Amino acid sequence: MSGPALEGGVHRAWRHDSAEKHVTGRAVYIDDMPSLPGTQEIWLATSPHPHARILSVDCAKARAVPGVSAVITAADIPGVNDVAPIFSGEPILADGVAEYVGHPVAAIAASDRDAARRAAALVAVEYEILEPVLSIEDALARESYVARPQVMTRGDAAAAIAAAPHRIEGEAGCGGQDHFYLEGQVALAVPQEDSAMLVHSSTQHPTEVQHGVAHTLGLAANAVTVEVRRMGGAFGGKESQATIVAAIAAVAARVTGLPAKLRLARDEDMIVTGKRHDFLFRYEAGFDGTGRIAGLDFLFAARAGNVADLSTSVMGRALCHADNCYDIPNALFRGFCCKTNTVSNTAFRGFGGPQGMVAIEIVIEHIARTLGMDVEAVRRANYYGAAPRNVAPYGQVVDDNIIEEIVDRLSEMAGYEERRREIAAFNETSPVIRKGIAMVPIKFGISFNVKSLNQAGALVHVYTDGSVHLNHGGTEMGQGLYVKIAQVVSEAFQIDLDRIRVSPASTDKVPNTSATAASSGSDLNGMAALDAANRIKQRMAGVAAEHFGVAPGEVRFADNRVYAGNRSLAFDELAKMSWAERVSLSATGFYRTPDIHWDAERMQGRPFFYYAYGACIAEVAIDTLTGENRVLRADMIEDCGTSLNPAIDLGQIEGGFVQGMGWVTMEELWWDAGGRLRTHGPSTYKIPGSRDVPPVFNVHILEDSPNPHPTIFRSKAVGEPPLMLALSVWLAIRDAVSTLAGGRFVRLDPPATPERVLAAVEAAQAR
Amino acid sequence: MAGRSIRILLNGEPCEIRGVPPATTVLDWLRTEKALTGTKEGCAEGDCGACTVALGTPDGGTMRYEAANSCLLAVPQLDGKALITVEGLANGGLHPIQRAMIEADASQCGFCTPGIVMALFAFLEGGEEPEIEAIHDALAGNLCRCTGYRPIVDAARKAARARVDIPAAAVPEAGAEYRAGRQAFFAPRTLGELVALREAHPEAPLLAGGTDLGLLFSKERRAFPAVISVARVEEFHRLDIREDGIEIGAAVTYTRALPVLDAEYPGMGELIRRIGSPQIRNLGTVGGNIGNASPIGDTPPWLIAMDATLALRGPGGRREMPVEDFFLGYRRTDLRPDEVIESVRVPRLSAGQLFRIYKVSKRYDQDISAVIGAYCLTLADGRVSDARIAYGGMAATPKRARAAERALVGRPWDEAAVAAARRAIAEDFEPIGDFRASAAYRATVAANLLRRLHLQTAGGTAPTGVFAL
Repeated sequence: MSGPALEGGVHRAWRHDSAEKHVTGRAVYIDDMPSLPGTQEIWLATSPHPHARILSVDCAKARAVPGVSAVITAADIPGVNDVAPIFSGEPILADGVAEYVGHPVAAIAASDRDAARRAAALVAVEYEILEPVLSIEDALARESYVARPQVMTRGDAAAAIAAAPHRIEGEAGCGGQDHFYLEGQVALAVPQEDSAMLVHSSTQHPTEVQHGVAHTLGLAANAVTVEVRRMGGAFGGKESQATIVAAIAAVAARVTGLPAKLRLARDEDMIVTGKRHDFLFRYEAGFDGTGRIAGLDFLFAARAGNVADLSTSVMGRALCHADNCYDIPNALFRGFCCKTNTVSNTAFRGFGGPQGMVAIEIVIEHIARTLGMDVEAVRRANYYGAAPRNVAPYGQVVDDNIIEEIVDRLSEMAGYEERRREIAAFNETSPVIRKGIAMVPIKFGISFNVKSLNQAGALVHVYTDGSVHLNHGGTEMGQGLYVKIAQVVSEAFQIDLDRIRVSPASTDKVPNTSATAASSGSDLNGMAALDAANRIKQRMAGVAAEHFGVAPGEVRFADNRVYAGNRSLAFDELAKMSWAERVSLSATGFYRTPDIHWDAERMQGRPFFYYAYGACIAEVAIDTLTGENRVLRADMIEDCGTSLNPAIDLGQIEGGFVQGMGWVTMEELWWDAGGRLRTHGPSTYKIPGSRDVPPVFNVHILEDSPNPHPTIFRSKAVGEPPLMLALSVWLAIRDAVSTLAGGRFVRLDPPATPERVLAAVEAAQAR
Repeated sequence: MAGRSIRILLNGEPCEIRGVPPATTVLDWLRTEKALTGTKEGCAEGDCGACTVALGTPDGGTMRYEAANSCLLAVPQLDGKALITVEGLANGGLHPIQRAMIEADASQCGFCTPGIVMALFAFLEGGEEPEIEAIHDALAGNLCRCTGYRPIVDAARKAARARVDIPAAAVPEAGAEYRAGRQAFFAPRTLGELVALREAHPEAPLLAGGTDLGLLFSKERRAFPAVISVARVEEFHRLDIREDGIEIGAAVTYTRALPVLDAEYPGMGELIRRIGSPQIRNLGTVGGNIGNASPIGDTPPWLIAMDATLALRGPGGRREMPVEDFFLGYRRTDLRPDEVIESVRVPRLSAGQLFRIYKVSKRYDQDISAVIGAYCLTLADGRVSDARIAYGGMAATPKRARAAERALVGRPWDEAAVAAARRAIAEDFEPIGDFRASAAYRATVAANLLRRLHLQTAGGTAPTGVFAL
């Protein structure tokens, strides 16, 4: 007897579990939750100065505004004014000194948002202006850092460069990027009995919000519960930054005794919270006549902003991706996290990886242009290979390298060589419009660089009707994590996906979680959920074995039933039977990534469980009169191992590529001389729109490529790597510019805005 | 008629609104008063589209639905309209666009999704062919940060084949005046009423589509004692194509003007399609663009290059002036406190005249220009007999490039003339630099666009724009 085929399981294209709620407007985000009686709305009073001592704060006028219930400054925080994720001394409200334009100085709670906003304008702060540090160059000159420099060494770079037949040196950079999640930062804190606090937070990291709220309120962790059903996008921006917002809401709730909500309006969100780090790179490389790198010296300097936040980890990942797919036998990579009087930068999809790859791709191209060689030939001269060409500068053996296979497949699929010839011919006869084409290979390390973060928990209940409740430490920000983990449980129990309900991530269900970040959501939580499901399954199998009179090993779960030979029970019948036999149908699951270790001091070890690979070829056109540019075509292959859900993964690849394309083309953070961000809304900060997507857009998931490492059903992480495929767009624009420079090397840092492209065109033509 | 309520159809049901301050945005009203939280706030400045709703206007027995940004829309602007929100689409089953979005995997975080659904609903209602460029036009006002848009575009193509009509219901008549608390919103029907109101309330801001004024409601939270809408003044809806010119009433939206201007002035169709988004163009007006007097407004360079004439109306009657003379300084105009803009008349192109207009911005769609150049040259026997060139983004006002014009007039239309005009244009402008573009970039582009103009009009075949490829 066999039931209908399973409507669930892994390696199949299931839809996002909230898709119907999304399109009907019934998906609930925090600001959509029905307002509780007395709910206070919060508005922030922020510093207009990049660096100033706070001499006094006079809240009298603000307090007098009708509807205002509290004006909160650092002095009103009951616990510790510090929510630093790694270090310490990162206040939610400026204490004594304001360190960037937009630094929150006071939080006003009122019965309505407009009243809070009017009151915020009336908070009178007396400042003593201090000298600001506004640029990376400034910070380097003054040795203004948020942490000690990081140094990664392999071999002897200086000696290798000195001994090499050819040498280049140069400087480059790349811009930052605002996350521009459509839902701004928001948290709602609701006071509970016995001083406890329930916080609804749009966060990727409920546990960190729990800790931050507990610290600022002076509570034990068990008195704070943080819940998140879904975020309206996050991209790293709600990893640490959400804690600031939630902690301010919680303090307001504590001070007023009422529910309190802080929702940042778009401009405030962009001014007050952190972004992707912009970087400055200095490089010196020695290489031979084939383009093979002998030694490479990198200096990376990142704009950390006013505090460290996650900057050292971002820098760590940047340095760990400054090799990209290339063997660097002698490397000296140094990273400086610069303290500047600008908003503290933070996690953003790729987490330093994209910046590291920008740097090495510049070096590769610089070498090729210097030797008059084809860029692809230089890449091939340097790809990781068999030992000894398989050791990363941080000591990890690259044991799963498939980059050349991907590059070969992609080049053939995309007709790369032929199109390069066609484009060269086009450019011969096109004085104004120039085309360019470029390929980028990607290798991205999967695991948090901090070993302790590579763990996860899950909670699974089977009810007597055979329905399943699933909870895990991962958060849903749109990436489809909930459906993927539900698929894992569906696969384990062999029950239909619609019998599994995923409840909101909550710190009282699964404790001590890691951020849903570093592309690790499915890898970690999937394994934890599988562990929980398998524990219950084993117990249920025991009950079934007893019932059928067979050994537990002979019990098989398939298609919503449980089989022993040719006899079977429906899954729900077995669930009821297990209950009757007084067998527990609830379990927690746990996972820790094996085999990884990291010496942060020496920057050596095996930080990554495995690598995800990919490659992209982009074709662009530029207007040499205006610098306007456009992507005409992109072809890409991304390695997802054996994909858990090809539909969800395709969405990650396409979305990541377009987000990366925005970063390298039009997205420009523009600060004025006074340290004020002037691009702080969609009218001034331009992210890609639908027409910017390449009209020819061929996106492929690498086939027949199970992860050689034992991940969840041999899949690979896909959240971040595709963003870096978009570096091909920037490289293609550079390629187009280089046609005007007789093949010489021209500097053009991302973002390649029309203005920057035109400047590069003029530089190319001037030579 | 003090005390009159606003009467609308909300998702098909009659709805009366009283006591809501007139500066309240439709977005805030929906989310807080009506608990319709499917409509989202993503930016509150009309640039992300998460708050998109469909506004229905009775149009000859049927209902014409257009997308609008509810964040820029003041509640009194709804009077006499049918409002559909995302909650109203799925009436007893999903709308085809909702189903198509689900089936295409077109949502990830879902926050932009309701707005995209509504923008595409309005697109389908409009009945345009679901060609790729039309879909991009329809989506130009909606940002998605997750999907990369490809599945959304796919959904639009599929749903277009299955579009359904929403039955038109009777919409209540709109009122001429709405008050709540100490704020008044006037929506006169006739020019006479408008002029009288203007005289009585010289401080009141004028609202045509409200796509700029709406920012003051939405972001600045400004509450004016009185606002005067010109949107319902019948005479202001004139759009006449005559021998001596195209007359555009002050309440004519970009959406209505688009096909007319597209047919007459090369490049104007593209330019208008790049103004804001459908949501903005369905409300925004050419008249408002003039009255606003922004140095980076998109239409004034065209109007100046074409030597358009502005008609102003005040208690003393009507007066006319060249658009060029209307702009006195940064956001300062010759409009008197008791006057309103009535219409603008734009000469038609005559034989021997060539016209082009170019907009340069960071993003192609829905971006504010760094530079706009508009060119009207009269050629006779291969020589430039007359030239009117105007730029936006190069000075405190939209302004003519008189030195460049002088450099061209009398010369053969050749590369030497272009070179002379390029040199001359440096005398015309001293642009400023800001986050949209540096001064140097603006100056270079302004000169380079003359080269593009020549390449496009002198018979060359090589491509001259990346967006035409």
